[in-house]
Amino acid sequence: METDPLVPPAALSGEVTLPPALADAEPVQSVCTPIRLSYTYTPGRALSRYLRAMAGKRILGERCPVTGQVFVPPRGVSPLGGTATSESVELPDTGYVESFNITRVPIERRPDLKPPYCSAWIVLDGASVGFLGLVINIAPEEVRIGMRVRAVWKPDDELETSAANILGWEPTGESDEVITDYERIGRADPPPS
Amino acid sequence: MGAERTAVIGVGQTKYAAARRDVSIAGLLREAAYRALEMAGRTWSDVDAVIIGKAPDFFEGVMMPEVYLAEALGAVGKPIMRVHTAGSVGGSTACVAASMVQSRVHRCVLTIGWEKQSESNAMWALSLPQPFATSVNAGAGGYFSPIIRRYMMMTGAPELIGCMVAHKDRRQALLNPYAHLHQHDLTFEQVVDSPMLWDPIRYSETCPSSDGACAMVLVDEASGDAHDGPVAWVHGTAMRSESNSYGGRNMVSPAASEQCADDVFAQAGIVDRRAEIDAVEMYVPFSWYEPMWLESLGFAAAGEGWRMVESGATALEGGDLPVNCSGGVLSSNPIGASGMIRFAEAALQVMGAAGDRQVDGARRALGHAYGGGAQYYAMWIVGSGKP
Repeated sequence: METDPLVPPAALSGEVTLPPALADAEPVQSVCTPIRLSYTYTPGRALSRYLRAMAGKRILGERCPVTGQVFVPPRGVSPLGGTATSESVELPDTGYVESFNITRVPIERRPDLKPPYCSAWIVLDGASVGFLGLVINIAPEEVRIGMRVRAVWKPDDELETSAANILGWEPTGESDEVITDYERIGRADPPPS
Repeated sequence: MGAERTAVIGVGQTKYAAARRDVSIAGLLREAAYRALEMAGRTWSDVDAVIIGKAPDFFEGVMMPEVYLAEALGAVGKPIMRVHTAGSVGGSTACVAASMVQSRVHRCVLTIGWEKQSESNAMWALSLPQPFATSVNAGAGGYFSPIIRRYMMMTGAPELIGCMVAHKDRRQALLNPYAHLHQHDLTFEQVVDSPMLWDPIRYSETCPSSDGACAMVLVDEASGDAHDGPVAWVHGTAMRSESNSYGGRNMVSPAASEQCADDVFAQAGIVDRRAEIDAVEMYVPFSWYEPMWLESLGFAAAGEGWRMVESGATALEGGDLPVNCSGGVLSSNPIGASGMIRFAEAALQVMGAAGDRQVDGARRALGHAYGGGAQYYAMWIVGSGKP
């Protein structure tokens, strides 16, 4: 019943003959062509507010007027209902580790990151969603789900309008906050009346 | 008037491999397409339309490859449609192809999914920097590792469950002549001892990078009835998607996954999922996704999926719900084809045409695919009898 995967299907099993002009040509199986993509990124209103606040070591999220959920970094829209967010919410630079990964292979784009290093979903206090960040100033093996962390910022004279202003997240030393109830992770303050 | 009953009458695959340097992208696709046509006893002139899927264009750097491939796929002067839903695309493409027959737009459709990873750099493409976020993510493994860790924490699953899945799938791949990895001597201890890449994901718990294409021929009821050869009937198809970040999202078992499963099982009239399904081809690129999807798909109660793995219930040999008899994504991963391979292997099972990896007497099988940040889902149920 099963066909032999190493035998080509009948329609493709005929002999391939090259035109005489190509008879002596060196066969080429592949060529390697470097590609690059440069683009101008227009962040839009919500992300512009977020990036400008970053330059002043402040973290600005946005609240959904319907569900009360707070998003950071804000994309200007609530992902569930498609509602535009308009209210800025300043968030503290503290939160907890929702979960994490210890990467033991180098990544091309970040030669400065020496494996093993720990990347984690960080949920800020008052936020409804997490985002990826680096956990630093602790051995990767000692990181825990629920560990409390705070941002480590670049020196003031190096601050830009960039999320890269936060070098990573370090343990605060407070007791762990392990949340397994997803409704609670999505905790929503009541929307303003 | 209900939907047209739809039958799979042909499946074609290429031998999956790290690099198929002997063929171009078009040549790779033609190999799978011709195998499917030959099994179906059809030629290009019988095909009304081609439905093609692959993962992001910037993997190979060929933009809108369906345009370049139309001629090689016999689609000149015929409709060709491209589907794109990241890693789930092979499954979504098959669902779209089925809908073309179910809606009576076409009577005979060729559907195909592919990837040529040897001409691409998926890790680069999956780690593109974004100006509003820090770039710390190392490809798909880096993304899924925290989700797996969360599953382990919430269920208290023993640490080596993932290794059991990986060892099972790699053993089962030996029964599939099309599988990429044929590791004849791989022991469980070697899986356990393989290096951690994205802790808690080990090297041997990770899918390979493959070249390959998978095609199917789908026809209407009259053609299925008249077909002189094995037939798989489509009993249900479902697709769902969701944002990969919203408040309250269960990243281990996303709502879109559970809703997609509810839909496809309801369409097939299945109540007891574990008892009524005979074989599952599930998208498991990292070993721990088998117990996670067993729960999300309702084959196991929440927190109990790992117990099914541990008991051997998901093994071809001796299990009551064999999962990935083909070796699965863990043994062959041409990304844009991987979902369609799941759907096609499910079809081969109910056709009784799965060779050495056949589940005896399989009557109904589930094909499953997911993609993106575990946010795109495609599933189908196929049966040996008509729905």
